[in-house]
Amino acid sequence: MSGVLELRGVSKTYLDGADEVYALREVDLVVEPGKLVAVMGPSGSGKSTLLTIAGALETPTAGEVIVAGQSLSSMSRDDRSRLRRRAIGYVFQNYNLLPGLTAVENVAMPLELDGVSAGKARAAGLRGLEELGLAERATRFPDQLSGGERQRVAIARAVVGDRRLLLADEPTGALDSANGEAVMRMILATCKRGLAAVVVTHDAQLASWADRVVFIRDGRVVDRTSARSGPDSLLTGEPAR
Amino acid sequence: MSIRHALLALLSEGPKYGLQLREEFEARTGEVWPLNVGQVYTTLQRLERDGLVESDDDADLGPQKDFRITADGAEELAGWLRTPPDLGSPPRDELVIKVLVAIRLPGVDVHEVIQAHRRYLVELMQQWTRLKEEEADVDLGLALAVDAELYRLDAVVQWLDSADGRLKRAGLEPPPPAKAPAAPLIRRRAGVRR
Repeated sequence: MSGVLELRGVSKTYLDGADEVYALREVDLVVEPGKLVAVMGPSGSGKSTLLTIAGALETPTAGEVIVAGQSLSSMSRDDRSRLRRRAIGYVFQNYNLLPGLTAVENVAMPLELDGVSAGKARAAGLRGLEELGLAERATRFPDQLSGGERQRVAIARAVVGDRRLLLADEPTGALDSANGEAVMRMILATCKRGLAAVVVTHDAQLASWADRVVFIRDGRVVDRTSARSGPDSLLTGEPAR
Repeated sequence: MSIRHALLALLSEGPKYGLQLREEFEARTGEVWPLNVGQVYTTLQRLERDGLVESDDDADLGPQKDFRITADGAEELAGWLRTPPDLGSPPRDELVIKVLVAIRLPGVDVHEVIQAHRRYLVELMQQWTRLKEEEADVDLGLALAVDAELYRLDAVVQWLDSADGRLKRAGLEPPPPAKAPAAPLIRRRAGVRR
Protein backbone atom coordinates (compact mmCIF):
# COMPACT_ATOMS: atom_id res chain seq x y z
CA MET A 1 0.00 0.00 0.00
CA SER A 2 1.37 3.42 -0.87
CA GLY A 3 1.75 5.86 1.93
CA VAL A 4 0.00 9.11 2.76
CA LEU A 5 3.53 10.21 3.59
CA GLU A 6 6.65 8.93 1.86
CA LEU A 7 10.17 10.15 2.47
CA ARG A 8 12.72 8.81 0.00
CA GLY A 9 16.39 9.36 0.67
CA VAL A 10 15.70 12.64 2.45
CA SER A 11 18.73 14.58 3.69
CA LYS A 12 18.95 18.02 5.23
CA THR A 13 22.19 19.88 5.78
CA TYR A 14 23.01 23.20 7.37
CA LEU A 15 26.12 25.28 7.10
CA ASP A 16 27.91 25.81 10.38
CA GLY A 17 30.62 28.26 9.35
CA ALA A 18 32.43 26.41 6.59
CA ASP A 19 31.24 23.00 7.80
CA GLU A 20 28.26 21.18 6.38
CA VAL A 21 26.26 19.62 9.19
CA TYR A 22 23.75 16.85 8.54
CA ALA A 23 20.44 17.21 10.39
CA LEU A 24 19.00 14.28 8.40
CA ARG A 25 20.83 11.72 6.33
CA GLU A 26 19.12 9.58 3.67
CA VAL A 27 15.93 8.95 5.59
CA ASP A 28 13.33 6.59 4.12
CA LEU A 29 9.91 6.43 5.74
CA VAL A 30 6.45 5.37 4.58
CA VAL A 31 3.30 5.97 6.62
CA GLU A 32 0.20 4.24 5.28
CA PRO A 33 -3.38 5.51 5.78
CA GLY A 34 -4.74 4.56 9.19
CA LYS A 35 -1.28 4.05 10.69
CA LEU A 36 0.41 5.80 13.58
CA VAL A 37 4.20 5.90 13.41
CA ALA A 38 6.33 7.18 16.28
CA VAL A 39 9.77 8.60 15.63
CA MET A 40 11.91 8.23 18.72
CA GLY A 41 15.28 9.75 19.40
CA PRO A 42 17.24 11.98 21.77
CA SER A 43 17.19 15.75 21.43
CA GLY A 44 19.28 16.88 18.51
CA SER A 45 18.78 13.58 16.67
CA GLY A 46 16.90 15.24 13.81
CA LYS A 47 13.39 14.07 14.67
CA SER A 48 11.83 17.55 14.69
CA THR A 49 13.53 18.37 11.37
CA LEU A 50 12.01 15.21 9.96
CA LEU A 51 8.59 16.44 11.01
CA THR A 52 8.96 19.94 9.55
CA ILE A 53 10.17 18.46 6.25
CA ALA A 54 7.30 15.94 6.20
CA GLY A 55 4.93 18.84 6.83
CA ALA A 56 6.31 20.97 3.97
CA LEU A 57 7.45 23.66 6.41
CA GLU A 58 11.04 23.10 5.31
CA THR A 59 12.53 21.72 2.10
CA PRO A 60 15.07 18.91 2.09
CA THR A 61 18.57 19.36 0.69
CA ALA A 62 18.25 16.04 -1.14
CA GLY A 63 15.61 13.35 -1.58
CA GLU A 64 11.91 13.35 -2.20
CA VAL A 65 8.86 13.99 -0.01
CA ILE A 66 5.50 12.70 -1.20
CA VAL A 67 2.31 13.69 0.61
CA ALA A 68 -1.03 12.25 -0.47
CA GLY A 69 0.53 11.03 -3.71
CA GLN A 70 2.08 14.38 -4.67
CA SER A 71 5.78 15.08 -4.75
CA LEU A 72 6.41 18.34 -2.89
CA SER A 73 9.49 19.26 -4.93
CA SER A 74 7.52 19.25 -8.19
CA MET A 75 4.86 21.61 -6.83
CA SER A 76 4.71 25.38 -7.05
CA ARG A 77 5.02 27.34 -3.85
CA ASP A 78 1.28 28.13 -3.92
CA ASP A 79 0.29 24.51 -4.50
CA ARG A 80 2.53 23.45 -1.67
CA SER A 81 0.89 25.99 0.66
CA ARG A 82 -2.55 24.77 -0.38
CA LEU A 83 -1.59 21.14 0.25
CA ARG A 84 -0.20 22.15 3.63
CA ARG A 85 -3.47 23.88 4.57
CA ARG A 86 -5.79 21.17 3.28
CA ALA A 87 -4.03 17.87 3.84
CA ILE A 88 -1.68 18.31 6.76
CA GLY A 89 -2.45 19.02 10.41
CA TYR A 90 0.08 19.85 13.12
CA VAL A 91 0.00 19.39 16.87
CA PHE A 92 2.74 20.98 18.96
CA GLN A 93 3.73 20.55 22.58
CA ASN A 94 2.67 24.09 23.47
CA TYR A 95 -0.68 23.82 21.61
CA ASN A 96 -0.12 26.98 19.48
CA LEU A 97 -3.75 28.11 19.77
CA LEU A 98 -4.54 31.73 18.97
CA PRO A 99 -5.38 33.38 22.29
CA GLY A 100 -7.85 35.90 20.82
CA LEU A 101 -10.06 33.22 19.26
CA THR A 102 -12.49 30.85 20.97
CA ALA A 103 -11.99 27.07 20.80
CA VAL A 104 -14.37 26.68 17.87
CA GLU A 105 -12.87 29.66 16.04
CA ASN A 106 -9.42 28.13 16.42
CA VAL A 107 -10.64 24.82 14.99
CA ALA A 108 -12.54 26.48 12.12
CA MET A 109 -9.70 28.83 11.15
CA PRO A 110 -7.79 26.53 8.75
CA LEU A 111 -11.00 25.98 6.77
CA GLU A 112 -11.77 29.71 6.63
CA LEU A 113 -8.22 30.43 5.46
CA ASP A 114 -8.87 27.93 2.71
CA GLY A 115 -11.98 29.81 1.52
CA VAL A 116 -14.72 27.79 3.22
CA SER A 117 -17.60 30.04 4.31
CA ALA A 118 -17.61 31.12 7.96
CA GLY A 119 -20.84 29.25 8.69
CA LYS A 120 -19.68 25.96 7.20
CA ALA A 121 -16.26 26.25 8.83
CA ARG A 122 -17.87 26.87 12.22
CA ALA A 123 -20.19 23.88 11.81
CA ALA A 124 -17.22 21.66 10.96
CA GLY A 125 -15.32 23.08 13.94
CA LEU A 126 -18.19 22.27 16.28
CA ARG A 127 -18.40 18.73 14.93
CA GLY A 128 -14.67 18.29 15.53
CA LEU A 129 -14.92 19.54 19.12
CA GLU A 130 -17.93 17.32 19.72
CA GLU A 131 -15.99 14.25 18.60
CA LEU A 132 -13.31 15.03 21.16
CA GLY A 133 -15.84 15.62 23.93
CA LEU A 134 -15.42 19.40 23.99
CA ALA A 135 -18.76 20.62 22.60
CA GLU A 136 -19.62 22.56 25.75
CA ARG A 137 -16.23 24.30 25.69
CA ALA A 138 -16.61 25.62 22.14
CA THR A 139 -17.02 29.29 23.05
CA ARG A 140 -14.26 29.39 25.67
CA PHE A 141 -10.96 31.10 24.99
CA PRO A 142 -7.72 29.10 25.31
CA ASP A 143 -6.84 30.65 28.68
CA GLN A 144 -10.18 29.41 30.04
CA LEU A 145 -9.28 25.80 29.17
CA SER A 146 -7.09 23.25 30.98
CA GLY A 147 -3.90 21.97 29.34
CA GLY A 148 -5.57 18.73 28.33
CA GLU A 149 -8.53 20.59 26.82
CA ARG A 150 -6.23 22.92 24.89
CA GLN A 151 -4.41 19.98 23.37
CA ARG A 152 -7.73 18.40 22.40
CA VAL A 153 -8.68 21.66 20.66
CA ALA A 154 -5.31 21.60 18.88
CA ILE A 155 -6.00 18.03 17.71
CA ALA A 156 -9.49 18.99 16.53
CA ARG A 157 -7.93 21.85 14.55
CA ALA A 158 -5.26 19.55 13.11
CA VAL A 159 -7.77 17.05 11.75
CA VAL A 160 -10.62 19.37 10.69
CA GLY A 161 -11.78 19.10 7.06
CA ASP A 162 -10.17 16.60 4.72
CA ARG A 163 -6.80 16.25 6.40
CA ARG A 164 -4.85 13.17 5.42
CA LEU A 165 -1.76 13.52 7.57
CA LEU A 166 -1.39 14.43 11.24
CA LEU A 167 2.06 15.47 12.48
CA ALA A 168 2.66 15.84 16.20
CA ASP A 169 5.78 17.01 18.04
CA GLU A 170 5.84 15.79 21.67
CA PRO A 171 2.05 16.27 21.84
CA THR A 172 1.74 15.16 25.46
CA GLY A 173 4.86 16.88 26.73
CA ALA A 174 3.22 19.33 29.10
CA LEU A 175 0.38 17.05 30.21
CA ASP A 176 0.01 14.67 33.14
CA SER A 177 -0.20 10.96 32.39
CA ALA A 178 -4.02 10.76 32.31
CA ASN A 179 -4.33 13.66 29.85
CA GLY A 180 -1.35 12.38 27.86
CA GLU A 181 -3.06 9.02 27.50
CA ALA A 182 -6.30 10.72 26.43
CA VAL A 183 -4.42 12.65 23.74
CA MET A 184 -2.82 9.46 22.38
CA ARG A 185 -6.20 7.71 22.35
CA MET A 186 -7.58 10.60 20.30
CA ILE A 187 -4.72 10.50 17.82
CA LEU A 188 -5.30 6.74 17.45
CA ALA A 189 -9.02 7.34 16.95
CA THR A 190 -8.30 9.82 14.14
CA CYS A 191 -6.02 7.22 12.53
CA LYS A 192 -8.91 4.74 12.60
CA ARG A 193 -10.77 7.25 10.38
CA GLY A 194 -8.03 6.76 7.78
CA LEU A 195 -5.57 9.53 8.59
CA ALA A 196 -1.87 8.75 8.74
CA ALA A 197 -0.04 10.14 11.77
CA VAL A 198 3.56 10.72 12.78
CA VAL A 199 4.42 11.50 16.39
CA VAL A 200 7.97 12.45 17.30
CA THR A 201 8.98 11.94 20.90
CA HIS A 202 11.75 10.87 23.25
CA ASP A 203 9.17 9.19 25.50
CA ALA A 204 8.87 5.40 25.19
CA GLN A 205 5.43 5.30 26.83
CA LEU A 206 4.09 7.73 24.26
CA ALA A 207 5.82 5.87 21.39
CA SER A 208 4.33 2.58 22.55
CA TRP A 209 0.88 3.70 21.33
CA ALA A 210 2.18 3.60 17.74
CA ASP A 211 1.78 0.83 15.20
CA ARG A 212 5.47 1.19 14.38
CA VAL A 213 8.34 2.93 16.11
CA VAL A 214 11.28 4.31 14.11
CA PHE A 215 14.49 5.10 15.99
CA ILE A 216 16.55 8.04 14.81
CA ARG A 217 20.05 8.96 15.89
CA ASP A 218 22.40 11.60 14.48
CA GLY A 219 19.98 12.22 11.61
CA ARG A 220 19.80 8.59 10.50
CA VAL A 221 17.09 6.00 10.95
CA VAL A 222 19.02 3.35 12.84
CA ASP A 223 16.29 0.87 13.69
CA ARG A 224 12.54 0.21 13.73
CA THR A 225 10.22 -2.07 15.64
CA SER A 226 8.67 -4.99 13.85
CA ALA A 227 4.95 -4.86 13.08
CA ARG A 228 3.00 -4.40 16.26
CA SER A 229 1.93 -7.75 17.64
CA GLY A 230 -1.08 -8.43 19.79
CA PRO A 231 -1.02 -8.63 23.57
CA ASP A 232 -1.88 -12.34 23.79
CA SER A 233 1.73 -13.40 24.23
CA LEU A 234 1.86 -11.38 27.47
CA LEU A 235 -0.86 -13.42 29.10
CA THR A 236 0.56 -16.88 28.58
CA GLY A 237 3.59 -16.42 30.83
CA GLU A 238 4.55 -18.52 33.80
CA PRO A 239 2.05 -18.62 36.66
CA ALA A 240 2.74 -16.24 39.54
CA ARG A 241 4.95 -17.55 42.29
CA MET B 1 4.30 -11.57 44.06
CA SER B 2 2.95 -12.85 47.38
CA ILE B 3 0.09 -15.21 46.70
CA ARG B 4 -0.08 -15.82 50.44
CA HIS B 5 -0.99 -12.23 51.18
CA ALA B 6 -3.21 -11.85 48.14
CA LEU B 7 -5.28 -14.79 49.42
CA LEU B 8 -5.42 -13.30 52.92
CA ALA B 9 -6.69 -10.05 51.36
CA LEU B 10 -9.45 -11.88 49.51
CA LEU B 11 -10.44 -13.81 52.65
CA SER B 12 -10.62 -10.61 54.68
CA GLU B 13 -13.81 -9.87 52.71
CA GLY B 14 -15.45 -13.05 54.02
CA PRO B 15 -15.19 -16.86 53.81
CA LYS B 16 -14.36 -18.25 50.37
CA TYR B 17 -13.46 -21.61 48.81
CA GLY B 18 -10.37 -22.48 46.75
CA LEU B 19 -11.66 -22.20 43.21
CA GLN B 20 -13.41 -18.96 44.02
CA LEU B 21 -10.15 -17.54 45.44
CA ARG B 22 -8.32 -18.40 42.25
CA GLU B 23 -10.96 -16.73 40.06
CA GLU B 24 -11.06 -13.61 42.20
CA PHE B 25 -7.25 -13.37 42.33
CA GLU B 26 -7.03 -13.47 38.55
CA ALA B 27 -9.90 -11.01 38.10
CA ARG B 28 -8.40 -8.48 40.54
CA THR B 29 -4.96 -8.59 38.91
CA GLY B 30 -6.43 -8.04 35.47
CA GLU B 31 -5.60 -11.68 34.62
CA VAL B 32 -2.02 -10.59 34.23
CA TRP B 33 -0.85 -13.15 36.78
CA PRO B 34 -2.28 -16.58 35.99
CA LEU B 35 -2.50 -18.85 39.00
CA ASN B 36 -3.09 -22.59 39.04
CA VAL B 37 -5.49 -24.13 41.46
CA GLY B 38 -2.77 -26.37 42.95
CA GLN B 39 -0.87 -23.27 44.08
CA VAL B 40 -4.00 -21.96 45.75
CA TYR B 41 -4.57 -25.15 47.78
CA THR B 42 -0.90 -25.53 48.74
CA THR B 43 -0.84 -21.94 49.93
CA LEU B 44 -4.09 -22.36 51.85
CA GLN B 45 -2.69 -25.44 53.62
CA ARG B 46 0.38 -23.48 54.70
CA LEU B 47 -1.71 -20.54 55.87
CA GLU B 48 -3.84 -22.94 57.90
CA ARG B 49 -0.76 -24.60 59.38
CA ASP B 50 0.51 -21.16 60.44
CA GLY B 51 -2.83 -20.27 62.02
CA LEU B 52 -3.54 -17.42 59.61
CA VAL B 53 -6.66 -19.02 58.12
CA GLU B 54 -9.06 -21.70 59.32
CA SER B 55 -11.46 -23.98 57.49
CA ASP B 56 -14.52 -26.07 58.25
CA ASP B 57 -13.36 -28.67 60.67
CA ASP B 58 -14.93 -31.78 59.18
CA ALA B 59 -13.00 -34.14 56.96
CA ASP B 60 -14.85 -33.00 53.88
CA LEU B 61 -12.08 -31.70 51.65
CA GLY B 62 -14.31 -31.07 48.67
CA PRO B 63 -13.79 -28.03 46.47
CA GLN B 64 -16.58 -26.15 48.27
CA LYS B 65 -14.75 -26.14 51.61
CA ASP B 66 -14.77 -22.60 53.01
CA PHE B 67 -11.69 -20.84 54.36
CA ARG B 68 -11.81 -17.91 56.80
CA ILE B 69 -9.13 -15.45 57.87
CA THR B 70 -8.14 -15.54 61.55
CA ALA B 71 -7.25 -12.57 63.78
CA ASP B 72 -3.56 -13.46 63.33
CA GLY B 73 -4.13 -13.55 59.57
CA ALA B 74 -5.69 -10.07 59.60
CA GLU B 75 -2.74 -8.78 61.60
CA GLU B 76 -0.27 -10.41 59.18
CA LEU B 77 -2.09 -8.82 56.22
CA ALA B 78 -2.12 -5.33 57.80
CA GLY B 79 1.62 -5.60 58.50
CA TRP B 80 2.43 -6.82 54.96
CA LEU B 81 0.51 -3.98 53.27
CA ARG B 82 2.70 -1.43 55.01
CA THR B 83 6.02 -3.25 54.69
CA PRO B 84 8.07 -1.78 51.85
CA PRO B 85 9.12 -4.32 49.23
CA ASP B 86 12.85 -4.97 49.00
CA LEU B 87 13.88 -2.09 46.74
CA GLY B 88 16.78 -1.01 48.92
CA SER B 89 19.42 -3.41 47.65
CA PRO B 90 19.47 -3.49 43.87
CA PRO B 91 19.29 -6.86 42.18
CA ARG B 92 22.17 -7.77 39.89
CA ASP B 93 20.71 -6.51 36.67
CA GLU B 94 21.59 -8.61 33.65
CA LEU B 95 21.05 -5.70 31.26
CA VAL B 96 23.43 -3.43 33.18
CA ILE B 97 26.04 -6.18 33.15
CA LYS B 98 25.64 -6.67 29.38
CA VAL B 99 26.20 -2.97 28.72
CA LEU B 100 29.20 -2.87 31.08
CA VAL B 101 30.68 -5.89 29.29
CA ALA B 102 29.98 -4.40 25.84
CA ILE B 103 31.96 -1.23 26.65
CA ARG B 104 35.17 -3.20 27.08
CA LEU B 105 34.72 -5.78 24.36
CA PRO B 106 36.79 -5.18 21.22
CA GLY B 107 34.81 -5.01 17.99
CA VAL B 108 31.49 -4.43 19.78
CA ASP B 109 29.51 -1.22 19.22
CA VAL B 110 27.94 -0.55 22.60
CA HIS B 111 25.38 1.83 21.04
CA GLU B 112 24.20 -0.97 18.80
CA VAL B 113 23.88 -3.29 21.81
CA ILE B 114 21.88 -0.59 23.64
CA GLN B 115 19.62 -0.07 20.64
CA ALA B 116 18.89 -3.81 20.36
CA HIS B 117 17.63 -3.79 23.95
CA ARG B 118 15.78 -0.50 23.49
CA ARG B 119 13.90 -1.89 20.50
CA TYR B 120 12.97 -5.05 22.36
CA LEU B 121 11.69 -3.06 25.35
CA VAL B 122 9.65 -0.68 23.18
CA GLU B 123 8.13 -3.64 21.32
CA LEU B 124 7.14 -5.11 24.68
CA MET B 125 5.67 -1.76 25.74
CA GLN B 126 3.68 -1.64 22.49
CA GLN B 127 2.13 -4.98 23.41
CA TRP B 128 1.22 -3.81 26.92
CA THR B 129 -0.19 -0.54 25.57
CA ARG B 130 -2.31 -2.42 23.07
CA LEU B 131 -3.73 -4.44 25.95
CA LYS B 132 -4.60 -1.20 27.71
CA GLU B 133 -6.03 0.29 24.53
CA GLU B 134 -8.32 -2.67 23.99
CA GLU B 135 -9.48 -3.59 27.44
CA ALA B 136 -8.38 -1.28 30.20
CA ASP B 137 -11.39 1.01 29.93
CA VAL B 138 -13.56 -1.69 31.40
CA ASP B 139 -11.08 -3.31 33.78
CA LEU B 140 -9.52 -1.14 36.45
CA GLY B 141 -7.32 -3.93 37.83
CA LEU B 142 -5.87 -4.59 34.40
CA ALA B 143 -5.23 -0.88 33.78
CA LEU B 144 -3.29 -0.61 37.05
CA ALA B 145 -1.27 -3.75 36.38
CA VAL B 146 -0.46 -2.68 32.81
CA ASP B 147 0.57 0.81 33.96
CA ALA B 148 2.93 -0.73 36.53
CA GLU B 149 4.54 -2.82 33.81
CA LEU B 150 4.80 0.17 31.43
CA TYR B 151 6.45 2.36 34.06
CA ARG B 152 8.89 -0.43 34.92
CA LEU B 153 9.87 -0.97 31.27
CA ASP B 154 9.97 2.79 30.65
CA ALA B 155 12.47 3.18 33.49
CA VAL B 156 14.73 0.64 31.79
CA VAL B 157 14.46 2.50 28.46
CA GLN B 158 15.30 5.75 30.25
CA TRP B 159 18.37 4.14 31.76
CA LEU B 160 19.43 2.95 28.27
CA ASP B 161 18.89 6.48 26.87
CA SER B 162 20.93 7.97 29.65
CA ALA B 163 23.70 5.35 29.22
CA ASP B 164 23.71 6.00 25.47
CA GLY B 165 24.15 9.76 26.02
CA ARG B 166 26.77 9.30 28.72
CA LEU B 167 28.80 6.93 26.53
CA LYS B 168 28.51 9.27 23.55
CA ARG B 169 29.81 12.19 25.60
CA ALA B 170 32.54 10.04 27.09
CA GLY B 171 33.51 8.96 23.59
CA LEU B 172 34.47 12.54 22.68
CA GLU B 173 37.52 12.20 24.85
CA PRO B 174 39.34 8.91 25.38
CA PRO B 175 38.43 7.40 28.74
CA PRO B 176 41.17 7.53 31.37
CA PRO B 177 43.29 4.37 31.59
CA ALA B 178 41.57 1.68 33.59
CA LYS B 179 42.63 1.51 37.21
CA ALA B 180 41.70 -1.23 39.62
CA PRO B 181 37.97 -1.77 39.05
CA ALA B 182 35.79 0.15 41.45
CA ALA B 183 32.73 -2.01 40.94
CA PRO B 184 33.39 -4.63 43.66
CA LEU B 185 33.73 -1.89 46.27
CA ILE B 186 30.46 -0.29 45.25
CA ARG B 187 28.78 -3.64 45.18
CA ARG B 188 29.89 -4.47 48.70
CA ARG B 189 28.75 -1.11 50.00
CA ALA B 190 25.38 -1.31 48.34
CA GLY B 191 24.83 -4.86 49.55
CA VAL B 192 23.71 -6.19 46.18
CA ARG B 193 21.42 -9.19 46.36
CA ARG B 194 22.81 -12.38 44.95
